[in-house]
Amino acid sequence: MFRFRFYFFLIITFPLSAQQDFGPYRQKIAGTQLAFDLAAVPGGTFTMGNNAGQDDEKPEHTVEVSPFWMSTHEVTWDLFELFVYKDLEITHSTDKSLPARVDAVSRPSKPYLDMTFGMGKQGYPALAMTQYNAIQFCKWLYARTGVFYRLPTEAEWEFAAKQGQAEGPLDQQAWNTGNSDNTTQKVGTRAPNKYGIYDLLGNVAEWTYDQYSPDFYASLAGKTAVNPVNPPKELYPHVVRGGSYQSDLRYLTPTARDYSDPSWKQIDPQVPKSNWWMPDAPFVGIRLVRPLKAPSEEEILLYYDKAPIKDY
Amino acid sequence: MNGRREFLKASALLSGAALVNSLPFQSVYAAGSDIIRVAVIGCGGRGTGAAFDALKSGHNLKITALCDAFKDNLDRAYDSLKKRFSDKIDVPDSRKYVGFDGYKSAIADADVVILATSPGFRPIHFEEAVRQGKHIFMEKPVAVDIPGIRKVLAAAEIAKQKKLNVVVGLQRRYQDNYREAIKRIQDGAIGDVVAGQVYWNSGGVWVRPRQPQQTEMEYQMRNWYYFNWLCGDHIVEQHVHQLDVVNWVKGAYPVTIQGTGSRAHRTGKEYGEIYDNFALELTYADGSAVYSQCAHFEGAAYRVDETFQATKGRVYMTANGNRAVLYDWSGKEIYRHNGKGNPNPYEQEHKELFEAISKGEYKFANAEYGAYSTLTGIIGRLACYTGKPIKWEKAIQSNISLMPDRYAWDALPKVLPNADGFYPVAVPGVDTGRYIEV
Repeated sequence: MFRFRFYFFLIITFPLSAQQDFGPYRQKIAGTQLAFDLAAVPGGTFTMGNNAGQDDEKPEHTVEVSPFWMSTHEVTWDLFELFVYKDLEITHSTDKSLPARVDAVSRPSKPYLDMTFGMGKQGYPALAMTQYNAIQFCKWLYARTGVFYRLPTEAEWEFAAKQGQAEGPLDQQAWNTGNSDNTTQKVGTRAPNKYGIYDLLGNVAEWTYDQYSPDFYASLAGKTAVNPVNPPKELYPHVVRGGSYQSDLRYLTPTARDYSDPSWKQIDPQVPKSNWWMPDAPFVGIRLVRPLKAPSEEEILLYYDKAPIKDY
Repeated sequence: MNGRREFLKASALLSGAALVNSLPFQSVYAAGSDIIRVAVIGCGGRGTGAAFDALKSGHNLKITALCDAFKDNLDRAYDSLKKRFSDKIDVPDSRKYVGFDGYKSAIADADVVILATSPGFRPIHFEEAVRQGKHIFMEKPVAVDIPGIRKVLAAAEIAKQKKLNVVVGLQRRYQDNYREAIKRIQDGAIGDVVAGQVYWNSGGVWVRPRQPQQTEMEYQMRNWYYFNWLCGDHIVEQHVHQLDVVNWVKGAYPVTIQGTGSRAHRTGKEYGEIYDNFALELTYADGSAVYSQCAHFEGAAYRVDETFQATKGRVYMTANGNRAVLYDWSGKEIYRHNGKGNPNPYEQEHKELFEAISKGEYKFANAEYGAYSTLTGIIGRLACYTGKPIKWEKAIQSNISLMPDRYAWDALPKVLPNADGFYPVAVPGVDTGRYIEV
């Protein structure tokens, strides 16, 4: 009975695409062997932040998040490289050509450096891309699949991590400095959380869409913030969540906030520095979200087509 | 067994050139000023980046001239520099030089020059900067063919006589993990180095597609990575970093190089004439051998690092994260470099150069090892293109130049496309006299 009512509620509130119930599913990349899995995160109201945490995690405040799907794994190089290298994508395509809408997506500059930093590629998380690069990857996925994927908002990320938090020792759930041998690990090789999402904590940290502001929570306190987001206007800092294989366990919490910094591009010897790569950040990767309620085509393009914020 | 003798023997061949063209010493700075004037020759991403690194060195300098073959490159560099370092950019239109010939005037406008064009032009730019008595930062590689190498070596001798500081952008030489590890190797921490394996396996770099209005010269100049007269192939342009580490660790240059390579998968016309993979065996006078591999294969496993085995232990080094670890043969760590917070080597090379210049010191003569490590890559390319082992002593006498007879937008480079836009590609064992004299 409860199950039925819950389901009914969703149908009334959110127009679902005809073939898609709100549950976990596998997104195939047509014309290739690749696919990735998504978990359904129901959404709801929760307490965001942590009054016992760092200053920027305060104050705790009430947030309502709409339902969304979240990729169960961090995006791996297997998929990300098809976006980086068009020739490789053509080679991997069964008919050796690309649809015009895929061909038209702008691609990252090919990195001079080994952007895996010797840490492995097949099954390992893609990393060291800029937030702009991560969003353009979502645009490429949209062109490939017709489905709107995007970065999580900071609130969505925290909802998935906090509401889905698994029991048991954190060390069994998260690759961290104590168990990672200072390198990324294959995605999905630690225990998942309650939603079936792996590596939300540890392995690689994950881009969110939000501009980092230590005071943002204070601006939301005292009311219920519905799908809050602090839209990015400056190149730095952007919120990064979840910590990485380089992080101490105590930083691997659903509420800890980290953020991007110009030092993440320090070693790039070119000016202007790359809009696409952060060679000093081999610890940041991508987690995908698909909102249950898909935005309009205009809204989707508005999300994807923001010009990169100038570096110098 | 790893000594300096080989260095001396190789350079002795060239010392005759050192006697010509010796100018009287110039004062370090322009008369009546303590501001160091810097010209940037080659205003692409790296030249602009090098100018930033110089300006961030903390020394009293300003940019006084910019030079590039292309106006759009120059304008972009000027805008970036002006935006970030407004009061340190003193480049009126009269000191913005566009085209092939402006380098002479740009060099004249400065005390220090940054040479950062595509590599093919480096020898003539370096020769002119030395002739005019300037201190020099020049990017790697320092040439693309053997006549170019000899030009750089000859000018390097003159630079020494004139006490001109010359820093080459082989930035691992200015990176703490390499300095600390190789110092220990040279002090005998792991004994004599008998073997090594070095890698630059990545996915390749940018392509600049042909535009309809371009002459052949302009197209090749824009898409320069894929033409040997401008780039030297990726074994020279990128892998020179590893080859230089090998020579540094060995304290010597190879006597023979052989290898295999091909243009196996990256075969589109937009990729010009270069190969997509090389594998070399570098043999040194003491009989030790080092294996090197460089490939541009999208999707394949990547690796950019250097490993050596020695009589008492082994070492692993990589620029990524400033890592270096020395082990003895029982597996015990002898030294592990702490890479946290190490200086950015691209900035460090400028910091040290400008510190020496501002103190009036003569400290840096990198051109010679820069030239010999570049030559290591060039011989490697020629060994793979011809399919023959090549001896260092013989190779250095080669007179085969890749450079065009004339530098102008309507001039023709030596390598031209066929009717379908494809360029001739070296086939091992075929027509080898095109690459090195029989």
